[in-house]
Amino acid sequence: MTFVNEMRLDFDALPENEAFARLAVSGFMLPLDPTMEELADVKTAVSEAVTNAIVHGYSGGPGTVRLCAGYSRNGDFQVDVIDHGRGIEDIRQAMQPFFTTASGPEERTGMGFTVMESFMDDVDVRSKPGQGTTVRLTKRIRLREDQMLPRRA
Amino acid sequence: MLLYEKKRDALIVRLTGELDHRAAESIRDELDGLIAGTNPRRLVFDLSGLQFMDSSGVGLIIGRYKRMKRRGGSVAVSKCDARIDKVLRMSGLYQIVERLA
Repeated sequence: MTFVNEMRLDFDALPENEAFARLAVSGFMLPLDPTMEELADVKTAVSEAVTNAIVHGYSGGPGTVRLCAGYSRNGDFQVDVIDHGRGIEDIRQAMQPFFTTASGPEERTGMGFTVMESFMDDVDVRSKPGQGTTVRLTKRIRLREDQMLPRRA
Repeated sequence: MLLYEKKRDALIVRLTGELDHRAAESIRDELDGLIAGTNPRRLVFDLSGLQFMDSSGVGLIIGRYKRMKRRGGSVAVSKCDARIDKVLRMSGLYQIVERLA
């Protein structure tokens, strides 16, 4: 995908940054003039992926979460949520509805990936145990007819 | 944030703001304290004040459902908008929790 605009953001893997990540991504998307529904879809999916990175990737411990986002001239929006945490042994299993590795007081539903998949056009997960996980979320934002984004200089 | 009132044997809890993982973790103990302290037969979540909810919110509701069930009680959700309804429906929550208008 050729982007006309890109951003990159690193933040600590802390629960208080879940809201920050949603706000940052929705602010970055504003030039695409998304509908309220498109914006909410992306915010929800990003929230799920960032929460997974914090809760599962780093198991609540220290770490850095990276967001890389960009969009193309025709409104294809992409965001990568990257952690360098413990990684996922079996991605297919992890993406099954209701599957969760969480135990103890944390109440995880195992629905994070299912929510991401239903709110985005595509969800691609790359992971290596011990090295981390990258979740790539993509969504086509419908541009109005008179709205064509400029090419990057 | 969390506001509540007791109506006969029902505890009505109104959640406001954004219900994500962090918010769910921070109100869970308060909610459980309220359930233990007011001993309701029925717990009703009023979601009209929520601007955002993801699957962490579903986890919070399911956790309270389990708690209420152990006490012989029930849980319902009310006044959720279309967005939140979609997350709740997708998660299969309505199989165990009643949806009120």
